[in-house]
Amino acid sequence: MAAIKINVNGSSYSTDVEPDTPLLYVLQNDLKLNGPKFGCGLAQCGACTVLLDGKPIRSCVTPMSMADGHEVTTIDGLGTVDNPHPIQTAFITEQAMHCGFCISGPMLYGKAFIDQQPNATEADITKALSGLLCRCYAHTRMIQALVRYAKESA
Amino acid sequence: MKSTGASRREFLRSAGVLIVGFSMAGENGKLAAQNTISPAGLVDATQVDSWITIGADEMITIYSGKVEFGQGFSTVQTQLVAEELSVPFNRVKVIFGDTGLTPDQGVTSGSQSTVTEFKPGGLRQAVDTARDALFQLASQQLNVPTSELTVKDGVFSVNGQDPAGHVSYGQLLQGQRFNLTLNSKTVPKDPSQYTVLGTSVQRIDLAAKATGQFQYVQHVRLPGMLQGKVVRPPAIGATVVSVDKGSVASLPGSVQVVVKKDFVGVVADTEWHAIQAAKALVVTWSSGATLPDQSNLYAWMQQQRSLDSFTVDSGDTDQTLVQAVRKVTAQYLHPFQMHGALASSCAVADVRGGSGSSAMARIWSATQGVYPQRDSVALLLGIPPANVRVTFVEGSGCYGCNGNDMVSFDAALLSQAVGQPVRVQYSRKDEMAAGESYGPAYVVNLTAGVDRSGQITVWTREAWTLTKGDRPNATTPGNIISGALAGFPTPPLVPTAATPPKTFSNNVNAAANYVTGVVAANPPGGTGTVASQQVLTHTVASPFFTAPLRSPDRLQNTFANESFMDEVAAAMAADPVQYRLRHLSDPRLIAVLNAAAKAANWDTRPSPKPGNARTGVVTGRGVSCVLYEGNNGYSAMVAEVSVDQATGVITVTRIVTSQDSGPVSNPDGLRNQMEGGALQGISRALHEEVKWDAYSSAITSIDWKTYPVFSFGDPLPVIETVVLNPLTVPQMGAGECTITIAAAAIGNAVFDATSARLRRIPFTPANVLAALAARP
Repeated sequence: MAAIKINVNGSSYSTDVEPDTPLLYVLQNDLKLNGPKFGCGLAQCGACTVLLDGKPIRSCVTPMSMADGHEVTTIDGLGTVDNPHPIQTAFITEQAMHCGFCISGPMLYGKAFIDQQPNATEADITKALSGLLCRCYAHTRMIQALVRYAKESA
Repeated sequence: MKSTGASRREFLRSAGVLIVGFSMAGENGKLAAQNTISPAGLVDATQVDSWITIGADEMITIYSGKVEFGQGFSTVQTQLVAEELSVPFNRVKVIFGDTGLTPDQGVTSGSQSTVTEFKPGGLRQAVDTARDALFQLASQQLNVPTSELTVKDGVFSVNGQDPAGHVSYGQLLQGQRFNLTLNSKTVPKDPSQYTVLGTSVQRIDLAAKATGQFQYVQHVRLPGMLQGKVVRPPAIGATVVSVDKGSVASLPGSVQVVVKKDFVGVVADTEWHAIQAAKALVVTWSSGATLPDQSNLYAWMQQQRSLDSFTVDSGDTDQTLVQAVRKVTAQYLHPFQMHGALASSCAVADVRGGSGSSAMARIWSATQGVYPQRDSVALLLGIPPANVRVTFVEGSGCYGCNGNDMVSFDAALLSQAVGQPVRVQYSRKDEMAAGESYGPAYVVNLTAGVDRSGQITVWTREAWTLTKGDRPNATTPGNIISGALAGFPTPPLVPTAATPPKTFSNNVNAAANYVTGVVAANPPGGTGTVASQQVLTHTVASPFFTAPLRSPDRLQNTFANESFMDEVAAAMAADPVQYRLRHLSDPRLIAVLNAAAKAANWDTRPSPKPGNARTGVVTGRGVSCVLYEGNNGYSAMVAEVSVDQATGVITVTRIVTSQDSGPVSNPDGLRNQMEGGALQGISRALHEEVKWDAYSSAITSIDWKTYPVFSFGDPLPVIETVVLNPLTVPQMGAGECTITIAAAAIGNAVFDATSARLRRIPFTPANVLAALAARP
């Protein structure tokens, strides 16, 4: 056990867990966040994606020791139902989900990529999502949502 | 066992989490009407009050047995109620899938939800009965005949009179119940008058999902809840020899080990501790069952004793085949596939008092059927069904009966053993190798005989498939893997000879679109013109548990039927669309086929495409169509592909797909389903196959690397959807049509491009290269 300090969605949080505990379990079970989700636990699907200091990572395989002292942003921290972040608005406008379980992956990988490259093309965005899964296959709409976000933030 | 400290009634009623989070007092402190859990666990679906309550605060609460899996059905239900009651969309709240609270509508499956809710005995009739009663109440209150009343936004006014005479639903009812039986004579709104249904209302759940505020079953958090993990046999059919509980004694987390026959699990204080304990627990297992070698599966299936059934048998196919001037024959192979939900399944159970008549259980589950699960869990735990409450909480898309019921059983067993609430989250391997039940493999042999004019005169089909277990039900907990591990028998397959069919049911699309479907003296039940027909299915005992997987059996059968129709068309040097049209009799199937062909700007000519080289990258187009389940949604698809003949890699470049599911409830929602179904259909056609190792009796498809699927980064086709919207026919299913026809459309396009016929799913590069090499 070790005291580990992380900043999650703007609030600092300190916990005493085994340093190898994956970040996801702390976010989901201790901090009761519903945004990052357990899909595979193997970094193969992206449902657990969060931003660590702005970069998308898979929280299901990221030990707390690696998150210690860093800033974590989840989709919960981007916006709310009443005041959604522009990228969330884009997904809602395009109705770019079925079950929505995968959404942290496409939304956060898309956001991190587009925020770096505001002039990204549809092909660039598609490539940036490589390795993520959506088993309902809302792919086309998710890409359109990200294209919309890119246009609106350019 | 711990005393619960709460009465049975309180325990079953307790919301526990904010799932059923409606409050007694509505806005402004006015009383909100609400139903409560029936003590007997029964909800009388013939009573209006079982379906709808209207509060003095004007809020309308709907109780539905048909649940949401991400396909937008909760939005459609809300639209239906807003439409029929003429109230604002946001005044309607839907509570679904809760035993003792919502009507028992069986399972949410088979693209039956819209159909069920719109037809007699469903939600629409309940709401319309309520609406008629409100008209009567308003008539009395305002002292005018109902014909002089207008209702808008849930407020009645008298035509042409002072608006001061208004009275609202809430004022009329004053929180009272309707006390009415569903009226079979009530008249629903004419679809031509729709203002809410038939429009692309945004999904009610997506804003919460996009912002991480939506609570899935993974997020059910109870006070005192422990975390459980299952420890499954490493081999199919392996049984427990011994469990060394001491192997986890020194681990942190107050680990408890639970063993019930071959069911093994651990419970700990945190999820990470439970994971480590499950990994460390030493269990000695027997060796597994003898499995067929995967490379020999299809031959093995045909050698087993089988349960046989005819879909149709005109009795004359031997003769008509002899008379045919040309015969075409082919065999199609489809592997086991899995649901492969994005979420590994999860459930929470709170079982108090062990077993027996004083024990109680609550389960939060993403099951497709809360009542069947309740009845099955009651047997599993030895608790009366009335003492078990199953509450649906949405999970990820499940695409059928995936691991959701199994993990609910697991949570129930663990909670019963430890006497505290337990959450079980499967690992990916738990889910894929020993959690979910698979969609079965198929071997389909097809033969067609053609007359001098090139018309098909006879169609025969003989197929082999497999089964083991099914969904949970009220009699056999061993129907699913968790129940079987806990010692309940799985009903064996009983080999049975086929008897002549009595009626034509094409529920699994065993019969092609092109037969008449004439059985005995009944009128034709099919959509085609071929009168000499035989469709026979042999079902054999499966080595693996099986259960419905999106478009169950329909997808496998339609792949075979629609690929074969293309083969016959090619043998006759006929255009694949025109040749289909020559053998179809159903105007709506003809219409969707024409609609897709037109939207795709179909190039009318026979396949293969003239002039394509036998090397390099070539392109082609293919078509397919279906009346899903023989009566539940018309759909057609044109696929365009490019094929790299050096690598065997298929790229689907364009999908044009049409659908007629009757009056459309939500056009954008339907398009979203059509698009997702088409892409999932590509995944199943190109990538998906459950693999195992006969030597170790183990499933080897245990994660996304060993069960590859279509992923982000793979080339996305352009998808164009054509929605037909006939208003004078009943609603049909919509969620499984496009996935059903994707494989054949793609395979037919590959044939068009390359002259190679793909008769084996998945169309992996290796299978494509083999087909290319087999070209004459």
